[in-house]
Amino acid sequence: MNVMIAARGALRFGDLLGNIPAGVAQGIIWGIMALGLYITYRLLEVSDLSVDGTFTTGGAVTVMLILAGWNPFAAVFVAFVAGMAAGTCTGLLHTLLGIPAILSGILTQFALWSVNLAIMGFAANKALNVSKYTLMISSRNIQMAIITGLIIAAVLIGIMYWYFGTEHGSAMRATGCNPEMAKAQGINISVMKVIGLALSNGIVAFSGGLMAQFQGFADINMGKGAIVIGLAAVIIGEVAGDAIAGKKLNFAGRLSFVVVGGILYYLTVVIVLWLRLNSNMLKFFTAIIVAVFLAIPNLTNYSKNSFSRAGKNSLKYVNGKEN
Amino acid sequence: MSTMLELTGVNKTFNPGTINEKQALLDINLKMEDGDFVTVIGGNGAGKSTMLNAVAGVWPIDTGSIIIGGENVTALPDYKRAHLIGRVFQDPMMGTATTMQIEENLALAARRGKTRTLRWQVTDAERAEYRERLKILGLGLEDRLTQKVGLLSGGQRQALTLLMASLRKPKLLLLDEHTAALDPKTAKKVLEITREIVEKDHLTALMVTHNMRDAIQTGNRLIMMYEGRILYDISGEEKKNLTVEDLMHKFEEASGEEFSDDKSLLSK
Repeated sequence: MNVMIAARGALRFGDLLGNIPAGVAQGIIWGIMALGLYITYRLLEVSDLSVDGTFTTGGAVTVMLILAGWNPFAAVFVAFVAGMAAGTCTGLLHTLLGIPAILSGILTQFALWSVNLAIMGFAANKALNVSKYTLMISSRNIQMAIITGLIIAAVLIGIMYWYFGTEHGSAMRATGCNPEMAKAQGINISVMKVIGLALSNGIVAFSGGLMAQFQGFADINMGKGAIVIGLAAVIIGEVAGDAIAGKKLNFAGRLSFVVVGGILYYLTVVIVLWLRLNSNMLKFFTAIIVAVFLAIPNLTNYSKNSFSRAGKNSLKYVNGKEN
Repeated sequence: MSTMLELTGVNKTFNPGTINEKQALLDINLKMEDGDFVTVIGGNGAGKSTMLNAVAGVWPIDTGSIIIGGENVTALPDYKRAHLIGRVFQDPMMGTATTMQIEENLALAARRGKTRTLRWQVTDAERAEYRERLKILGLGLEDRLTQKVGLLSGGQRQALTLLMASLRKPKLLLLDEHTAALDPKTAKKVLEITREIVEKDHLTALMVTHNMRDAIQTGNRLIMMYEGRILYDISGEEKKNLTVEDLMHKFEEASGEEFSDDKSLLSK
């Protein structure tokens, strides 16, 4: 069996078009997840790996509560709170116990594997009977799913724009930008980091709850690689934002492009699948996409600022002639 | 007149019990009255910045007490002392949040030591006040309120940090070699602004410097430190008549060492 190609047959453009809406809907949900990641990755300047666990936690909590007869809106709210609790754990491991942030996230993620299984009654996945419940968002109705997803993203962007413009939110941004300065202004940076990690993971768990509803089940592996997909959305969104709107984009605009980044990422996934590439190779391609986009700012900098170019320029001085 | 800063028997040893053990502060006693502008001079490792960091609460002291504006702050970490203290650092990158706007930085400083609420970070009335205050600096920053601080030069940042440190009148202003990283012309300008702000707002300030001439020409009192101790404390008329040569002589006399620019890294 060919490693790269999953199945043979002619590529039909119609198939690609048919799969785009579902890709957009999932992209929006990952974009919402990336909004949560943006708080830690961009504003607090912490790489938080707990999200792989909290995304699943959100999905598991949501599905179990809906199965128990809860309203889906109430269920994702509880998922949000559960994510905040997990984020608080990461924050306390980091600030109270002095464990490096990246390791704190890994520890939380590791522990959440067991917690998530326990939430699902020690089953690796739990399905929702989609026709039995009225869900917020479902792959049964892609058009509605896209509209609902966009409304949720817009409301979330509005809330984030407001919060990070308040005294409290600006103190959090100062903590990420310059902790020494923040302390000199009387800001308790430990508390700020814990709150930031809690909010971030709350949003990630919330998006996990949306994803579980969309696909109709929660799976212990659904959050695997969430950090990478979230980063892909943040970075693709920033590159796209700079290219389309320039550097003048305000905070709400930049957040909007994070969601756009999630959509763009998922469309590449749709194309990869349409090309009949083996979907088991998807993580490999995702890693390449993220690495390329992470490298773009550095590569453009190298091209402007390289030793080899300086060396070439130096030749005309060394050789004493203009050429 | 009330006492603004009182250090009593302050000791600090770094890395105790190790090969790197260093007695950084030795029985420091210092009292500053309201409106005092004290300059601190001394060589590398003399304990100048260490004393400032002890006052700011960067780490806890071993023994002694620190009282600022009548409040015993010995047990408090830096962020809990911030309501009493304005700080300007040596590194122009340290005092501001570079990815944030000028007005956002000022708004953060205007709420120094206060509870951060969910109110909007900067009001129109504040914005007008910031514009007026920035005008006094004469750097044209009043027209750049919404620009990111990362776009400012080192000198502009230090001037802005000074303004931030004094925006909410502190009981004590700590200046830690805040002109040392600037070119001579900019350093002079920033020092001028420092003098103006301290005088206008009637601040109590403690300024560390490497530059003997600046130390002599600035403030009403001068302290010389050596190996974690205060060697020499001079104020009033005596300080006004002080020369760089006097200072070098005092240094040799008190330390028992020959003065050497290399060793102390002081500049005239």
